[in-house]
Amino acid sequence: MTAIRPGSQPPTAAPDRTWWLIIVGIITSSLLMLTQEPTWRAALPGGIAKFLTNPLVGSLLLTLFLSNLLFAFRWKAAAWAKALVFFGSLFIILPWAGRDNTAIFDLAIQIGIFAALALGLNIVVGLAGLLDLGYIAFFAVGAYTWGIFGSGQFAKILGYFADNGGPVGGGLRYLLGGLLLTILGAVVMSIISKVKGKWNTGQRWANFLAIMGLVAGIIMSLRGVLILMSPQAQSLMSGVNPNFFWLFLVLALFAAASVGVIIGLPVLKLKGDYLAIITLGLGEVIRVLANNLSTYSNGSQGITPIVSPTVPFMNAIAGALGFSPDQYNLFFLYFLVIAIIAVIILANVRLDRSRIGRAWVAIREDEVAAQAMGVPLMQTKLIAFATGASFAGIMGVIFAAKQTFISPESFILTQSTSILSMVVLGGLGSIPGVILGAAIVTILNISLLPSLGEATAALKLPQQINPAQLQRLVFGTILVMMMLFRPEGMLPSARQQRLMHEDDDPSDNETPQDSLKHSAVEPAAEVYSPGTASIKDDQRTGGAR
Amino acid sequence: MSSASNNSFILDVRGLTKVFGGLTAVNDVTLQIPRQGIVSVIGPNGAGKTTFFNMITGIYEPTTGFIELDGVNLVGLRPDQVTSAGIARTFQNIRLFASMDCQENVMVGRHSRLKAGYIDSLFRTKRFYESEQEARDVANMMLDFVGLGQFRYEMATNLPYGDQRKLEIARALATSPKLVLLDEPAAGMNPRETEELKSLIRRIRDELGVTVCLIEHDMRLVMTLSEYITVLNYGSKLAEGLPHEIRNNPQVMEAYLGRGAVAGEYGKEAVAGMQEGV
Repeated sequence: MTAIRPGSQPPTAAPDRTWWLIIVGIITSSLLMLTQEPTWRAALPGGIAKFLTNPLVGSLLLTLFLSNLLFAFRWKAAAWAKALVFFGSLFIILPWAGRDNTAIFDLAIQIGIFAALALGLNIVVGLAGLLDLGYIAFFAVGAYTWGIFGSGQFAKILGYFADNGGPVGGGLRYLLGGLLLTILGAVVMSIISKVKGKWNTGQRWANFLAIMGLVAGIIMSLRGVLILMSPQAQSLMSGVNPNFFWLFLVLALFAAASVGVIIGLPVLKLKGDYLAIITLGLGEVIRVLANNLSTYSNGSQGITPIVSPTVPFMNAIAGALGFSPDQYNLFFLYFLVIAIIAVIILANVRLDRSRIGRAWVAIREDEVAAQAMGVPLMQTKLIAFATGASFAGIMGVIFAAKQTFISPESFILTQSTSILSMVVLGGLGSIPGVILGAAIVTILNISLLPSLGEATAALKLPQQINPAQLQRLVFGTILVMMMLFRPEGMLPSARQQRLMHEDDDPSDNETPQDSLKHSAVEPAAEVYSPGTASIKDDQRTGGAR
Repeated sequence: MSSASNNSFILDVRGLTKVFGGLTAVNDVTLQIPRQGIVSVIGPNGAGKTTFFNMITGIYEPTTGFIELDGVNLVGLRPDQVTSAGIARTFQNIRLFASMDCQENVMVGRHSRLKAGYIDSLFRTKRFYESEQEARDVANMMLDFVGLGQFRYEMATNLPYGDQRKLEIARALATSPKLVLLDEPAAGMNPRETEELKSLIRRIRDELGVTVCLIEHDMRLVMTLSEYITVLNYGSKLAEGLPHEIRNNPQVMEAYLGRGAVAGEYGKEAVAGMQEGV
């Protein structure tokens, strides 16, 4: 696939910036370390040290340092320089700064979590075009999956069943009865699903009853299991063995994906605004369930403390590098988040460039045409929903482990919209774009804007114009400006860029040499380059646009 | 032509009716399409032609009636299942995927024939690479077939109008159909493009062995190309027969020209086209 694509994007003759990259990398890294490393700071003259410890300056320098990663990714430079700056920043400088200032570690993990969420939502909204405003619900599913089992909450649930569930022997009856119902429901459903064509009333009722039986059966057998386990409440007072974390990462993936399918089944028949509203509602339903099912979720008080696994060799490394024991956990989670994001990006890219990814984009562009070309709408949309949800589920587990405390407050609607704004800000459908979007929004929300308030606190400004009070206003203004001047996002996907700029004349930003190279490879590009084809004519005659 | 063994017909439609609320859009239409034929469905505007196509392709479910493709019942199937069964279509108002290039557009058409699933895509199995290769090969073959081979990596929306129609045909052919339904393929084309389209449709039948059924208003095209013509008017079948029979059918003339001297430009043009095109 190295064929030159005539007319799609003019080759930009970017200058080689290898040395620039190295220099910028060294300068920003040293500036960051000057603000964070106490021994370095002590060597500075008092005035400069005071300036550097200003929260706003510190936050800006951190932002500048993080943009290194972007430069390493985007700039045209030698591969070794890119790798050096990128991995050096990620694996050496950032943990180093994090050792001196735990807040930086915290911010980096937070960016990672939101980047993964944005990548998941990007599949649903950016690729498949399904506007989902309740995405945070899947994050909540993942967080509660580990939250309940990784804390004393599970023991509390077992305690409840020990008191109210009747004799332990009854659990076996529940379990067997439940399993029987489940199997019966599944068998009836599979028989009915083989009926071709439209179902008659009797078949529809049988299907409905079978689903009810299946659900009731699953609930009954779970109740049975809980009653059978209830005597063990004492031994689980501080949660299950933390090493089950790894198992729960996988479990949360499947749990969130299943919830995605269950929510998706009834709602994905709708499109556009209707889908947005109903997902918004269902997202809230999950939060309210977490709030009200207090036997299981401890309601609005939340669950705490949630344990994290300990990985001896990671702790040994952290210890050898001079991290304090209370930072071991963040050190481990930081690298875990990076590893998981790498896997998520890989999955994202592979799905995007496959038959499934093409089907998602086709559905986004034109549902009727996609279906007429043999793309099964429901199945393809469900796959998008479940894939997006599973990313959120995994990150939910990490979030629970990092925060050690979760409550329904962490999963409010604002979170869903903020993830959506990351995706749109970065560029719908673009993987580097949504990661950048997640980084920008998270840095703004957690570091830059609060530090703006802190830095100006000494000025004793009146309430009305105090930046500390105006954080949301500044954030909103930035969003509006972005959308006005760069509607396709910061790093748009190739597809989106071509779509939004096809009426620009490419010869404007093309050097003569480039256009020569261009036409030598493919003469046809001269005739049908974007911009020369008259879009207006297409619209008049009812073209595809 | 009316009764033959089931085997010589690829599509067998009987008593097809569609009622929207109180309006009967298509009323008891029966149509049989001979294997490897080129047939047309014509009729004045609003005669129910597109509704008829939409029922065959599963977009609408017929109120009553029966549709069989090569002995396989199509009633109650979803559009994507109909496509898998072997019917592909193009649209009256072009529906290409705007953000994809021509090759990708046609590759989507191959979707239902590819074997690589979710797990294959995720783990890049051998089957995934084979499927992608197949999709690309078929797409390139079909683009070459309709004469758009050099625009492979061009955005679909940048093509001129006539080429967008051809691209839609290429996308439909990539589904490996037994029967392809073309909904007004010549609409908005200039005479030169219409000539090209005519030979393309013939080649679809002759070289690919695919049966073609078209809805068309360009009577010159219909009369020279079709082997058999069905005329719809007010949702019902008005007439059917060979081109010269339709041309000389007074009822058809009346449907297009109206009673007395109230014929519109469209009707006159259509009738003139019927008489001219031989």
